[in-house]
Amino acid sequence: MERRDFIKLTGAGMGGLMLPITGNMVSAAQLLERPMDVAMKKQLADVALNAAKSAGATYADARIGRYLNQFITTREKVVNNVVNTESAGIGIRVIANGTWGFASTSLITPESIAKTAKQAVAIAKANSKFQSEPVQLAPVKGVGEVSWKTPIVKNAFEIPIKDKADMLLEVNNAAMSNGASYITSIFFLVNEQKYFASTEGSYIDQDVHRLWAPFFASAVGKSGFKQRSSLGNPVGMGFEYLDGKKEDKVYVDGANIGYNNSYDMLEDATNAGKQLQKKLKAKSVKPGKYDLVLDPAHLMLTIHESVGHPLELDRVLGYEANFAGTSFATLDKWKSKKFQYGSDIVNLVADKTQPHSLGYVGYDDEGVKTKEWDLVKDGILVNYQATRDQVHMIDQKESHGCCYSQSWRDVQFQRMSNVSLKPNLEEDLSANDIIKGVEKGIYIAGRGSFSIDQQRYNFQFGGQLFFEIKDGKIVDQIEDVAYQSNTQDFWNSCVQLAGKSDYRVGGSFFDGKGQPPQVSAVSHGCPTTRFNNINVLNTKRKV
Amino acid sequence: MSIISEKEAKILLKKVLAFSKADECECNLDGQLTGNIRYARNTVTTAGEVSDLTLAVQSTFGKKMGVATINEFDDASLEKVVRRAEELAKLAPDNPELMPNLKPAKYAKMNTYFDSTASVTPEYRAQAADDGIAPSKKKNLVASGFLTDSHTMQAVMNSNGLFAYNVDTNASFSATIRTADGKGSGWVTRDYSDINKMDTSEASSIAIEKSLGSVDAKEMEPGKYTVILEPAAGVGLLGRLFNAMGQRAADEGRSFASYKPKEGEENPPKNKLGEKMFDERVNIYSDPHHPEVPTASFASDGAPVEKTYWVKNGKIENFQNSRFWADKTGKKYNPTAAGSGQWLMSGGDESLEDMIKNTRRGVLVTRLWYIRQLDPQTLLHTGLTRDGTFYVENGKIKYPVKNFRFNESPIVMLNNIEALGKPVRINGNMVPPMKIRDFTFSSLSDAV
Repeated sequence: MERRDFIKLTGAGMGGLMLPITGNMVSAAQLLERPMDVAMKKQLADVALNAAKSAGATYADARIGRYLNQFITTREKVVNNVVNTESAGIGIRVIANGTWGFASTSLITPESIAKTAKQAVAIAKANSKFQSEPVQLAPVKGVGEVSWKTPIVKNAFEIPIKDKADMLLEVNNAAMSNGASYITSIFFLVNEQKYFASTEGSYIDQDVHRLWAPFFASAVGKSGFKQRSSLGNPVGMGFEYLDGKKEDKVYVDGANIGYNNSYDMLEDATNAGKQLQKKLKAKSVKPGKYDLVLDPAHLMLTIHESVGHPLELDRVLGYEANFAGTSFATLDKWKSKKFQYGSDIVNLVADKTQPHSLGYVGYDDEGVKTKEWDLVKDGILVNYQATRDQVHMIDQKESHGCCYSQSWRDVQFQRMSNVSLKPNLEEDLSANDIIKGVEKGIYIAGRGSFSIDQQRYNFQFGGQLFFEIKDGKIVDQIEDVAYQSNTQDFWNSCVQLAGKSDYRVGGSFFDGKGQPPQVSAVSHGCPTTRFNNINVLNTKRKV
Repeated sequence: MSIISEKEAKILLKKVLAFSKADECECNLDGQLTGNIRYARNTVTTAGEVSDLTLAVQSTFGKKMGVATINEFDDASLEKVVRRAEELAKLAPDNPELMPNLKPAKYAKMNTYFDSTASVTPEYRAQAADDGIAPSKKKNLVASGFLTDSHTMQAVMNSNGLFAYNVDTNASFSATIRTADGKGSGWVTRDYSDINKMDTSEASSIAIEKSLGSVDAKEMEPGKYTVILEPAAGVGLLGRLFNAMGQRAADEGRSFASYKPKEGEENPPKNKLGEKMFDERVNIYSDPHHPEVPTASFASDGAPVEKTYWVKNGKIENFQNSRFWADKTGKKYNPTAAGSGQWLMSGGDESLEDMIKNTRRGVLVTRLWYIRQLDPQTLLHTGLTRDGTFYVENGKIKYPVKNFRFNESPIVMLNNIEALGKPVRINGNMVPPMKIRDFTFSSLSDAV
């Protein structure tokens, strides 16, 4: 889902129902009702598994899901929308004749579930006629009945709606009192209550929470207008993320404040207003080569696009060729054990167990226990992200546990895990330390426009805030910056990393992939990082 | 239960409204039955079917509004959902922008439903996949693709007596066929309301042809080129222009269409309505009755939707707006059809083939990918060519070229028109092939 669709959705009111989204609006009271009893879910899941087996499936899994969202959308002094959505149903995936089949229904009765399971098997059998690569699943031991919950401190759904609305209106007021002309601010809360059962003996009940509190401010001046979005992150946390604790703030001299595991939205909105006024008067960048110092709230998206996606095994193998594309990080490069993805200080890890991250779960959507593993070690490509039906193609016996579906309605498939850049473990440098060493450079904070080709070679990224660095100091706020590079060249130009104290986790709430398209939320941790000699463009254009 | 008849929908929604104690009440029903198949590496990968139905109730007391929904349809559940919407409305803050419900209206009966599409089976979908896989295997190519068919229903009823109902079908297909060595890639897409118009074999043969034809692409220097944008290449940038045509953002000074007052100008307009911004051959409109891309004849609030020009002869003719903003600014409300972002761009009679024949030097572009906005003031966007980019010289495709990154604005593009061809349906819109001069390519990409 693109940001534009998200804005449309959150501001849609009744019109939102006409959009192709998953989720039905329900009352606040209903959202607080207790989830479905686990014993009942087990009973219904067994109906699906037994019906699938009787119809000829050699493997089946059932996911009974209750997906709750809450949006509170405000604009300047107005609360536009309080929308509660709920979507419940069951998705049944089977293997018959070595072929996948899937069907789902919102009607969770034993009769409907059995019928849906049989339909999934019928689909698998119809497709098996044209199957030339029978599905091979990496073994997973059934875990019996287990449960897992995102370790939240304050359930965001339980905070009174009025308190949340008032908080957003205060944020809007702060931005507008300090220079913004307009602002939209939103609370977007997610609770996935999902139950997974498989014919291999797993019954996994998970309660997953995520939260995002973005704002989009703009200022209109005589010569045009400028925009500034929030620098907070979507997180796998409860409402405690909005506590804005001092220890979670990182100050960059002359530039901005970064946020780690808690976010001071009011402070950020205040700064946004002031920075918007500076943006209106800021000079336009002179195009050319610069050393870039990238703030974690910006670099996370570069990692997402240039590391997370190309190292998804389904892309490498061609399963995404018709939509998201394939990958330059081909199997021969991985097999060589010599492919220099980045400079030798670059260490990138995949991790579905990272605290506060969007991808943090106990088990993935095919019942695999989650873990951490290396993708790029000392600059060398060492592994990919793969699911149960893919790992045999890279001679591995254990799934990486990164299978996900956005809802009960959609089939699960390989999705990006949290992918993070390790900080400098030898020296705990700060962002200010990094900037000190740069003679001619640009410091970039926040995510802006991002575009990358279908094999993840050529990319162009913008940002929210740009600061010119001269002789080790930030001297000016500038505008119209975008940088273009090639993934391998870029990561090999990585020359310096800040340390553990600067490491922050950012994320994307709406990573899109697959057909029909599905969204997934994923985080990326990194420290402030320096890249030398990168091509910078000026994006100002006369029309 | 996911799709119900007009008669059933009317009975059900009347029953819901009978429970209402609010000042106003509006109900929406939204049903869908969809199926899909996906293939890659010359084999079927995933496939599925989804069935879902939602009832939403919106209750209003003064300027307070609440919404609740339910998936169960017995009387007790229906009453419960109405009570919940009313409770939520009483708790909600006043929304000064809330508009009263609309009055009843008459709607044209639309030709949006086709039995053929609603009756698609898993076997049909599997065959569509093999229509690309089998010929690809014979030529040592690797096929991937996706077919989806949908049967959807929308109904609106409110306490003023307004009732609207529509049922529609759609099917879309796309295929990417690559050479086994990864040096060539071709793509095709088709979508129709009536799946009988779909020929997945013919479509796949185009992707095959482009795949074989794009092997060993040559490098061209980035720069400004005359381009022939196939409809599937033009749709992305045109769609972003269409999406940016909101009145409120323009009036607030936050759009490409905001008016910039001249020094000392008295009572300047807020936006560029009526101003010529594009080549005079540019006409962009929405039309629920268009036979190739029919939509519902009502908006999600039940407002009737008629043919509306957004750009006429290069001038901005209308903006998209909400009822609130239209009312506040004394303008006509310009709703768009429920469940659709349909737009159409007029063209000429020239086919894509004719356009190539009439080109001395240029670059033929199959599609543009990963399009992102760089500046909302100029609508400058970036993105890349993909799956078939060719150099054209003296009326003929000479050779494939490496993919480019572009940095260009649809405003500039629509001022640099050399020729417009015959529009075809793409993603539910009608788009002509376009020949554009001085289109800006900023760098090369190694991607195939």
